[in-house]
Amino acid sequence: MAQGSFAEATLRVFRGDSKGGAPADYRVPLVPGMVVLDALHSVQSHQAPDLAVRWNCKAGKCGSCSAEVNGRPRLTCKTRMDSLPLDQPITIFPMKAFPVIKDLVTDVSWNFTVNKKIPPFSPRPGVAWKMYQRDVDRVQEFRKCIECFLCQNVCHVLREHGKQEQFGGPRFFVRTASLEMHPLDGVSRTRVLKENLGIGLCNITKCCTEVCPEDIHITDNAIIPLKERVVDEFYDPLLMLVRKIRGAKKV
Amino acid sequence: MNSNYETHEHDVLIIGAGGAGLRAAIEALAQGVSVGVVCKSLLGKAHTVMAEGGIAAAMANVDEADDWRTHFRDTLRGGKFLNNWRMAQLHATEAPERVRELEQWGALFDRTENGEILQRAFGGHTFKRLCHVGDRTGLEMIRTLQDRGVHLGIDVYMECTITRLLKDGDRIAGAFGYWREQGRFVIFKAKSVVICTGGIGKAWKITSNSWEYTGDGMALAYDAGAELMDMEFVQFHPTGMVWPPGVQGILVTEAVRGEGGILRNKDGERFMERYDPKKLELSTRDVVARSIYTEVREGRGTEHGGAFLDISHKPADYVKRKLPSMYHQFLELADVDITKGPMEVGPTCHYMMGGIRVDAETAQASIPGLFAAGEAAVGLHGANRLGGNSLSDLLVFGRRAGLAAAEQARRCAAPTIDSSQIQEAERSMLTPFERPDGDSPYAIHEDLQGAMQSLVGIFRNEEDLRQALSQLEKLSERAARVRVEGSRLFNPGWHLAWDLHSMLTVAEAVTRSALARRESRGAHSRIDYPALDDAWGKKHNVVVKKAGTMTLVESPVLEMPDDLKQLFAEESAPK
Repeated sequence: MAQGSFAEATLRVFRGDSKGGAPADYRVPLVPGMVVLDALHSVQSHQAPDLAVRWNCKAGKCGSCSAEVNGRPRLTCKTRMDSLPLDQPITIFPMKAFPVIKDLVTDVSWNFTVNKKIPPFSPRPGVAWKMYQRDVDRVQEFRKCIECFLCQNVCHVLREHGKQEQFGGPRFFVRTASLEMHPLDGVSRTRVLKENLGIGLCNITKCCTEVCPEDIHITDNAIIPLKERVVDEFYDPLLMLVRKIRGAKKV
Repeated sequence: MNSNYETHEHDVLIIGAGGAGLRAAIEALAQGVSVGVVCKSLLGKAHTVMAEGGIAAAMANVDEADDWRTHFRDTLRGGKFLNNWRMAQLHATEAPERVRELEQWGALFDRTENGEILQRAFGGHTFKRLCHVGDRTGLEMIRTLQDRGVHLGIDVYMECTITRLLKDGDRIAGAFGYWREQGRFVIFKAKSVVICTGGIGKAWKITSNSWEYTGDGMALAYDAGAELMDMEFVQFHPTGMVWPPGVQGILVTEAVRGEGGILRNKDGERFMERYDPKKLELSTRDVVARSIYTEVREGRGTEHGGAFLDISHKPADYVKRKLPSMYHQFLELADVDITKGPMEVGPTCHYMMGGIRVDAETAQASIPGLFAAGEAAVGLHGANRLGGNSLSDLLVFGRRAGLAAAEQARRCAAPTIDSSQIQEAERSMLTPFERPDGDSPYAIHEDLQGAMQSLVGIFRNEEDLRQALSQLEKLSERAARVRVEGSRLFNPGWHLAWDLHSMLTVAEAVTRSALARRESRGAHSRIDYPALDDAWGKKHNVVVKKAGTMTLVESPVLEMPDDLKQLFAEESAPK
């Protein structure tokens, strides 16, 4: 079949492993509606059968296929080829904040370790299992998270400063917010936020919010309210006094 | 056992970390045994995350008249009475408790005005029965189970593929597999093994299923000597995306119809009036899928070979609130604003009703120590699954499997594994690297998908099925000579080369069973035998490996006790 140059694209894909690597170019025929993940699959089927890429649903619901496309962290299954300039190579690199295993696959196991630090949902004793939509709505936003880890990838505390030991990252502030703001939850996680997840290191640059494919307002709706709770509990002398007198634990 | 291999030991080993696997793990842990969960992907990425519409449970929060009896009847009618009645009974009675439990573990469902869990209408369900979270119910469910399991202390082995079940005589002794990341082999020694690996959608070209759906568990069980049953019943979901081609097959949740979506052909006719005038778009999936397919075949389809599904008569903010992922999916992938115009949809391979034959109460397969739950197991759904019954299936039978597997583990001594099984398993994984030439696994997979799509699809006939069998035979010969390039380090070509074995095994079981069943029932439609056949309504097709050959035997459908039969007699009057 005759193909004009307009019907093909060049992918410049990182090939390599933990020891190093370099980008390689592949020409891929275009199909209407094609997304970057389709193009990578085309490379796998016809040119590089061992090209490593994670994916599951191909519908933006599982968060497996994260990569940096033309320098921007995105889900490759939701990035349309026709949204990119096709007259120049499309660069596809692994997420920078995580160690490369091979090609586009990175070691994200650190995230699963962080999750274990967060005390689980703990219902208040004797609670009646009734909730109202307005209370649930506030939390459901956070529960839309598909764990693509793009927010973790762009967070400069992790990406530039490598504070993985002290800092939990936006994904786990969102997760903590979903528990803290659950209408029936009965424990406080502010100490964990301050001491184990290092929320104080976040200086609200909103990079995480910008890349979230689920449009979760990570900074405004999760991180800032959580930071306020930490400030109230640990740094507000007046409130600390009130709390001491009343013995209240949870705001 | 050979100490050259990395070995892990557990009382209960669970293969698969979707809803069923995680629920089984939580239950087994609660019994105080040690539990390992192996999954092919990262934790939390299993196909359950893609379940959108909701979880069916007769909680009667919206329609007060609903109860387990109606749910039971709907399930059997949907399944054309080929269901295991006992599984359907357990499912209908236990589902509400499993949903409440999920809520008590932190899941947040949409609410009714008085603060109860909200329920929506779905195809084949008499009442509004599906508990849901917008159109991302599966994500809510898997995240809740995942976090619960992690905090209870399950050991999760991520990105690990099991290629063989290990046995000690007749009983299960563990499993052999490899780490996808490094390609190193690993042995799991276990007293019981629970298979929760899902279905086989990736054997078809147009499918809503992810890459993991390669029939692993069914093939593992079959290779180990277990029985597979009713494999001809493959569900084609009526509504997958059809355009553009890059998104073909991606699921359009039944919740679109549940919330009032209307199907029309290219002439604007609401064609479901012809096929099921009473239930219309909320007919069962087999009926709606066949109706759309028939419209297309008879020249009344859309430009790209589908039908129009329209929800734009509902207020835009309602659509965005109840179907947020569908709104974004069509806007981003197909440039269609579903609040303003119709979606183009067509059938897509979605779910396997057949699977590993299990006991209803314990989920135990025909091999001691082997259990199965979820889509990998057979019984609950009969000839056609109702939407929403899969998520409740995962919880009800995941829990039962975990419980029985733990009890089994407590009863028996540690098995021994002889090294010859392991050496053989290792050898079969490594030979594709050693071949100087041979087919690419991707090419074989593409041809398999083409054959199953065109010959073992929604409408079947003897000639097509026979042709499919001969093509599968040739594909198996090619797969036996498959060549893998590169190293064992995270090599998708190598991973696919193994998956081909499972897919070809299960595809053969589907095709042979479909050829044998000379009638049309539920999701299995034979053009050459278009009617329901009472004789076939009394038997199951069972596939088992005998002397290395796939053998088909018939097995009678279990007789329903009189008190349950009575439920159908009582309810002859429609409401």
